[in-house]
Parts: sequence; structure tokens; C-alpha cells
Amino acid sequence: MTDKENLKIQAIENGTVIDHIKAGQALNVLRILGIAADCRGTVSFVMNAPGAKGRKDVVKVEGRELNVEELNRISLIAPNATVNIIRDFVVLQKKKVVLPTYVEDVVRCINPNCISNSTEPIKSRFSVIRSEKGGVVLRCLYCEHVISENIAEHLV
Amino acid sequence: MSFKNRHVISMKDFSREEIDHVLDTAEKLEPVARGMEKSRLLDGKIIALLFFEPSTRTRLSFETAIQRLGGQIINLGSVEASSVMKGENLADTIRVISKYADLIVLRHPQDGSARMASEFASVPIINGGDGSIHHPTQTFLDLYTIRRESHLEGLKIAMAGDLKYGRTVHSLCHALSLYGAEMTFVSPPELRMPAEIVRDLKRQNIKVGETDSFEDVIGDIEVLYMTRVQQERFPDPEEYEKVKNRLKLTGELLENAAPDLKILHPLPRVNEISPEVDETPYACYFQQAFYGVPTRMALLTLAMGVIE
Ligand SMILES: [Zn+2]
Repeated sequence: MTDKENLKIQAIENGTVIDHIKAGQALNVLRILGIAADCRGTVSFVMNAPGAKGRKDVVKVEGRELNVEELNRISLIAPNATVNIIRDFVVLQKKKVVLPTYVEDVVRCINPNCISNSTEPIKSRFSVIRSEKGGVVLRCLYCEHVISENIAEHLV
Repeated sequence: MSFKNRHVISMKDFSREEIDHVLDTAEKLEPVARGMEKSRLLDGKIIALLFFEPSTRTRLSFETAIQRLGGQIINLGSVEASSVMKGENLADTIRVISKYADLIVLRHPQDGSARMASEFASVPIINGGDGSIHHPTQTFLDLYTIRRESHLEGLKIAMAGDLKYGRTVHSLCHALSLYGAEMTFVSPPELRMPAEIVRDLKRQNIKVGETDSFEDVIGDIEVLYMTRVQQERFPDPEEYEKVKNRLKLTGELLENAAPDLKILHPLPRVNEISPEVDETPYACYFQQAFYGVPTRMALLTLAMGVIE
């Protein structure tokens, strides 16, 4: 890690730094984490930062250690993201996000006739599959419709 | 293998062994379905038929199956009466009816409604058709017909008609792939089998062919599964007229058919099978309609655990 990158990640006292997000996806990462405008903690992000593998985004969430399930959701839109849990300016843990096998209430089904898009008391549910080309495919557990591209556009 | 309290939602929930078990059970119940043997297997059981859209054929087939087994039926009554329940969500309806009946057969216009119902039900749900996706009891009866009138293992089958929107052929493809069938899809280019399904089949090493004419396949298949081409799918009525005539099965076409060919159709048909075909030994579609009764008997009795 270069000193410059080191600085970006460790510049917060406590919280979570999500690094190596595909450039342009930082706002979607916040959405998928459910971090909205009314969030009280400091949230900052770097967009289009130069990285070893090209441009990337970085998101820093202060005062909050995100749990594994929340973090793994990120892999739907940023499969190469890494997560740093920080306490007292020290990187306590550093790990890659892992594609979950199942997600609930994260993405809306694209089939307008799907029961999950009605007023029934249910959440959207999808099984998550890695496609042959390495992308992510979501299959609705209710109607079996498949979302294979632009997943970020269908975030709840 | 136990089917007790199991829901019947999608064909994809069933393994080949489980499908075989349903078909074996249907075969045992066939004399009862024909009225040749009496049965009280469902004596004292109440089955709710919740049909939120009309499907007279499926409903009558279920009613026949239940009555022949001595079971009782409750339903939503007239369409006007059931529209009263529209103020209530389906989840609540299912929770309430679960307290009345021992099993629920659900027919509903929204995709995935049966899967959702199974999450709220305390009794088994049999999907009688939800939206445009699933209709598993139709697929079970198609498989039963093929097994009784021909054979399932390594079957040479052609499916013809509207393969793009036809849900019955989509789940039939999946089920037949478990038996190593060879499939040819006969359709006008506008109504071809979705590429995703063809790809899935090829991935399972299923031999798949595509054509737009019966002549290419008729001499080389054991089952011809016909479906209806629906006029409303076509933006241009003239286009429909052309396609309609191209996929019309006539007596003349059948001159080159193998002697043991069986023709299936989920019915109702419009004009895709000429009446003269009805009198040939190939026609199997009315028999197929009857087979819906023992098949639904099997699913009902297995799900309620009155047959192991
Ligand atoms: Zn859906």
C-alpha cells in the first residue's frame, strides 16, 4: 500500500472504510448499505481515486462498524471491494466482500406482475448466482425472473 | 421420501425420483379416477379451491379428483363474492382459509403468488396456476400422459406453437430434461423458445433442435406437444393469419408420422389441429385431459399424507 492510500484509509478514528469500489459506484454502495441523508455520523467518500488497478471509489463511514451481512451486500455492485474496520486509527480487520447466496429487501423485482411488487406484507427475496461471465445474477424467489445487469438501478 | 405437508409450487422443486413417485401414485389411483373403484381416501378432509381468476377446466379437474376420493370442497363462490375479498391481502386470506381447510388449491393472476401463499399457510398449497410462470399440475399431467401413452426415458419429442410465452412448455422442458429427452422446437421465428431455456438445456447435454415446420420432424418423433398460438400476441393480424396456417396440424402431414406417434395438447385448441386428426390413433389430447384427474388425486393425497 502506498503512503497516499494509507492516509486515505486511516484518516478516521473509528468506523469502516470500504475500498476498491468500482469507480462511480460509491453512492450506490451507500444506498445498498441503507445509509441515507439522515445518517448522523460522518460519511465521506473519494471518487475516481487513482488505484493500482485503475480508478476506484472509497467510502468511509465513521463511528459505525458494519456487520458482515451488510457488507457482503456490497458485492452485488462492487465485487472487488475490500472492507477495513478501524478502531483508534488502526486497521483492525481487512477483508474482501463475499457474494451472499441470498438477499432480502435489497433489490426490487423487475417483473411488474410479481407478487413482491404488490401491497402484500412480504419483502423482495432473491437467490444470488455468479454468472458464467463472472457477473452477478439475481433470481426472484417468488416469480423466478432474473436480473443480470444494472443491478444498482433496482436497489430498493 | 415423504410428501406430507409439502407444497406443490414449481416443477423445479421436484427431483426425478419425486416426480416418479407422483406418477406411480397417479397410476395406482387411475381406477378410482375412472369411477371403476370406490375410494374414501379423502373422507373427512376439506379442500379449499381458491380461484382468483377463471379457469374452469383446471377447477373441474380438481373438483372431480376430490369428489372421487370422498373429500369436501369449499370455494370463493361467485366472482362477485370473491371480489369482496379484494380489500384483504392474499396473505391474510391464506392465513384464514388455512384455519378452515386441510389443503388449499390456489389459482391467482400474480406471478409468485403461490410461493408467497406457502409462506403464510399452515396447510399444504397446491399451485393451480400463478400468473404466467407456473402451472405444475399441468406439467405433472403432461408427464403422466407421456409415460402412460409413450415413455419418458430418452423420449424424442417436438414442441410446437407459442414457445415464447407458453409456460406449460417451459416447465415441461425442464422436467423432461431430467429424463434425457431429445427435444425439437417448432415455431415461427416470432415465437421461438427463449434463448435462456435453450442454453440451460444444452448445458445439461440435452439434444435440442429448432425448426419452423412440422415436415422436418414428423417422421422422427414419438410425441408431438402442440400449444395454441394466441392471436393477441401479434401486433399485425395478417402476420397472425400467416403463422396460424403454417402451424396447422393436418391429416395429410401425419402421413409420414411414425406409427406410435402421440399428439398432446393442453387444450383448449382453436384451429391448430384439424378435426380429422381427432379420429387418428395419434390423437391423445382428450385422454390427456382425463389424466389430469388421477394426477391431481396423487398430488392431493400425497400432500395431505393419506398416501405415503
Ligand atoms: Zn419477482
